[in-house]
Amino acid sequence: MLACDDKNSLRRTPLYGLHVSLGGKMVPFAGYEMPVQYPAGVLKEHLHTRSSAGLFDVSHMGQIALRSKSGTVEDAARALERLVPQDIVALAPGRQRYAQFTNADGGILDDLMVANFGNHLFLVVNAACKAEDEAHLRAHLTEGCIIDSLTERALIALQGPKAEAVLAKLCAEAPSMKFMDAGPRKVDGIDCFVSRSGYTGEDGYEISVPAADAERLAKALLANSEVLPIGLGARDSLRLEAGLCLYGHDIDTATTPVEAALEWSVQKSRRTGGARAGGFPGAQKILAHFDQGASRRRVGLRAEGRAPVREGALLFADATTTEAVGTVTSGGFGPSLNAPVAMGYVPTAQSALGTKLFAEVRGQRLPLTVAAMPFVKNTYKR
Amino acid sequence: MTTTLYTSDHEWLDIDGDVATVGITDYAQQQLGDVVFVELPKVGRALKKTEAAAVVESVKAASDVYAPISGEVLEVNQAVVDEPALVNSDAAGKAWFFKIKIADKSELGGLMDEAAYKAHTA
Repeated sequence: MLACDDKNSLRRTPLYGLHVSLGGKMVPFAGYEMPVQYPAGVLKEHLHTRSSAGLFDVSHMGQIALRSKSGTVEDAARALERLVPQDIVALAPGRQRYAQFTNADGGILDDLMVANFGNHLFLVVNAACKAEDEAHLRAHLTEGCIIDSLTERALIALQGPKAEAVLAKLCAEAPSMKFMDAGPRKVDGIDCFVSRSGYTGEDGYEISVPAADAERLAKALLANSEVLPIGLGARDSLRLEAGLCLYGHDIDTATTPVEAALEWSVQKSRRTGGARAGGFPGAQKILAHFDQGASRRRVGLRAEGRAPVREGALLFADATTTEAVGTVTSGGFGPSLNAPVAMGYVPTAQSALGTKLFAEVRGQRLPLTVAAMPFVKNTYKR
Repeated sequence: MTTTLYTSDHEWLDIDGDVATVGITDYAQQQLGDVVFVELPKVGRALKKTEAAAVVESVKAASDVYAPISGEVLEVNQAVVDEPALVNSDAAGKAWFFKIKIADKSELGGLMDEAAYKAHTA
């Protein structure tokens, strides 16, 4: 996940100067110097996002335009369907959907957002995977498609219940957008790509902005008293409470979308019996998991005590057995729940809600219960 | 009259006769960020110098607190277990972690006074 963290080779986003001026504590992340927190601290930043609005710099993520050489978005969609198990052909203009690049073993190379911008597709991929993702697209789709890495753009997320009112001041169309609507919009006169989506479980927006205008836009948003800058620390605790996967931790090349409990993201048209069933890397294994079930599953975990159960903790069926049944892949303290939250993989037989398990933390077995995700109810404007 | 000493691992010790009260420094709490969980040793446990004695966790990470000197745990501060945020608001005061009966006074010789600790964190 954290490739390329050598301090000398770290990159900076167009908002680096702003982060420093706001007192951001800069740390290496996915090859970039990013703010892990600001003076408010992780706890306040997290709670502020849930009660008001938070601004996140996610410019380290990769933005890619995918165009068909034929000029039609349908052909670009058909091409991309060769690499993802999602229905891209039926994705309507102005809409976005969650997807995964899969490998021949049915594992996940990366997860991404795909939007239909009318004449081409717009992809947002993880920072740590973006070079590999671009190479993957070029290796498989160059014949029919033009792959354009949009390196001169920043990406800003505005999340929380006040995000709509704040963005409405700079973009009159923002309130009328629904969850997962996406496309070019003017924001404060700047040519942006706006989607109503995010990584916190809250209503909000993600705004792709030309690098040269990024700081001006971020400052215009931060000029609203409702908005605080939010670092990577709170971004992680927010997404964990929302039950959202972090690539390289909760999903990776060894997990299939079915094991990862991401069946909802694979439309019927791509499953067995669908109009365009299969035809993506690892289809045989992934469809077998759909049809026959997988032997393990990603689940949410709640602890009885207050001790956080973190990534890597082994899971056991009872308080004494020596053989682990699974592993925690993300875990920490959920500020909105005021309690520890975690997710991890367990045998399917032990994945039912309410199943009692134990996690080993510093030599002690702590009781856990398999719990529904999201842990905090999401507030998307559907 | 107590003397306050410091470790390079950012713990403070208030020495009062043969009893030391141990906590983490304000510098340490600032580095940790918002503390959400504290685990303390059991009363009566015989701690050896530098062994993990307590755990302090922020939203993001868990950190061990090491025994700065050897000795038996005489008392622990339940208030900091019940309200971990005390570590952020009053690290050098109300958020003390445990009291230890000093087993070997010569171990205090390796600790820093306030001026040396300030230089260490500068």
